[in-house]
Amino acid sequence: MLPLALEGIGFSAGGRDILSGIDLVLEAGPRTMILGPNGAGKSVLMRVCHGLLAPTSGRVLWSHPERPGEPRRQAMVFQRPVLLRRSVLGNLTFALAVAGAPHDEREGRALTALDRVGLLPFAHRPARVLSGGEQQRLALARAWMLEPEVLFLDEPTANLDPGATREIESIVQSIHASGTKIVMITHNLGQAQRLGDEVLFVDRGRIAERTPVDRFFRNPATAEADAFLKGELPWH
Amino acid sequence: MSTFGAAFGEAFGLIGAFDPELLDIVWLSLRVSLSAVLISTVIALPCGAALAVTRFPGRDALVVIVNALLGLPAVVVGLTIYLLLSRAGPLGAFGILFTPAAMVVAQAVLIFPLIAALARQAVADAWREYAEQMHSLGAGPVASSLALLHDLRFSLVTIVLAAFGRAIAEVGAVMIVGGNIDGVTRVMTTAIALETSKGDLPLALGLGVVLLGIVLLLNVGAHLLKERAQRHHA
Repeated sequence: MLPLALEGIGFSAGGRDILSGIDLVLEAGPRTMILGPNGAGKSVLMRVCHGLLAPTSGRVLWSHPERPGEPRRQAMVFQRPVLLRRSVLGNLTFALAVAGAPHDEREGRALTALDRVGLLPFAHRPARVLSGGEQQRLALARAWMLEPEVLFLDEPTANLDPGATREIESIVQSIHASGTKIVMITHNLGQAQRLGDEVLFVDRGRIAERTPVDRFFRNPATAEADAFLKGELPWH
Repeated sequence: MSTFGAAFGEAFGLIGAFDPELLDIVWLSLRVSLSAVLISTVIALPCGAALAVTRFPGRDALVVIVNALLGLPAVVVGLTIYLLLSRAGPLGAFGILFTPAAMVVAQAVLIFPLIAALARQAVADAWREYAEQMHSLGAGPVASSLALLHDLRFSLVTIVLAAFGRAIAEVGAVMIVGGNIDGVTRVMTTAIALETSKGDLPLALGLGVVLLGIVLLLNVGAHLLKERAQRHHA
């Protein structure tokens, strides 16, 4: 379904323009890191891409548009994982049922998915008693299991300690290696360097620049990105 | 005061002796109200959840109406069902007026808004947390509603209990559509009203004590269930 093209995307809420004039093409392959200050519109941009928010103007074009009722070929992992009050395994089989997977395949696929993120021993525990890091690994397992072409991640490690963050990063690498396009918002610049191929720098509702990761951190093209990296806030 | 004490003494005597008349009345009350709760719950929970997770024109008006119906007087429900079920009424052909079936229908209608409105509120509150994840997974309104009802099952028990409490304690609706016929449609509340007016306070009081006891027992059970579930699921 890639590439994804955004044409003239604008998004307003409560009389405020959160996104304006966004033109963007996301191709399969490179891992895209979305960086930018708080309130720049990163999360809204990702939700527009994923179809959770309808843009106020412009068009979101997938090369193969999604049809209602068909399983989605894209997935998203949120900052705070939303898990159902049922077992770890039950959370995965629910997602498979929604995706229309045949009944007799669900448990096997779910167990494989748990094994890949190291949660197999927890299969029959209630999902909501897992630690924060384990819950996020479960959310990743759920997304990965659905074999999406694109995986959107909105600050998946923002609430996690360094150990859990490393585990999440390694899973994201594996998902990328299995052929899924990674699009990720992060405030952790080290993480962006470790996981990213290119940086999409969002500033005040616009895409200020798009640069390969190593160049962005060495020599950003815009003054805003330069200031962001130096920790300055010239827009205040 | 002495009549009060004596009546209480006789009331506990009747309960202790498993007085057959009293047992019949209690058993009918339970059957009618449990059936009404079962029927109403099966319909009202999905309706409440659907009102919370879907958007359609007129939804807000419907929510206001359902909430307003929380204040529905039992006698008005009784009267409406009476008119529908009476010989000349549109549902008269069923011939269930003055039978326990009519009482079940009346109580089910009476508690429907209670279950639907409170379930809608509970699901709507949770939906704020779940909506994006459900949309992301591609879950439609039916799958989302069922998943939320399942996740909220322990809160919903309290709602269903409140509905049972309202059903078994109401007198107006069952009096009108049941007719309070001895041995056929006489339930605890209608019997209490009748026995009180006849002056048979011991039977009336005994029934009152049993009524309270049943409601108390159910609530203790629900409380324990909820405690256990919350420990299990954190």
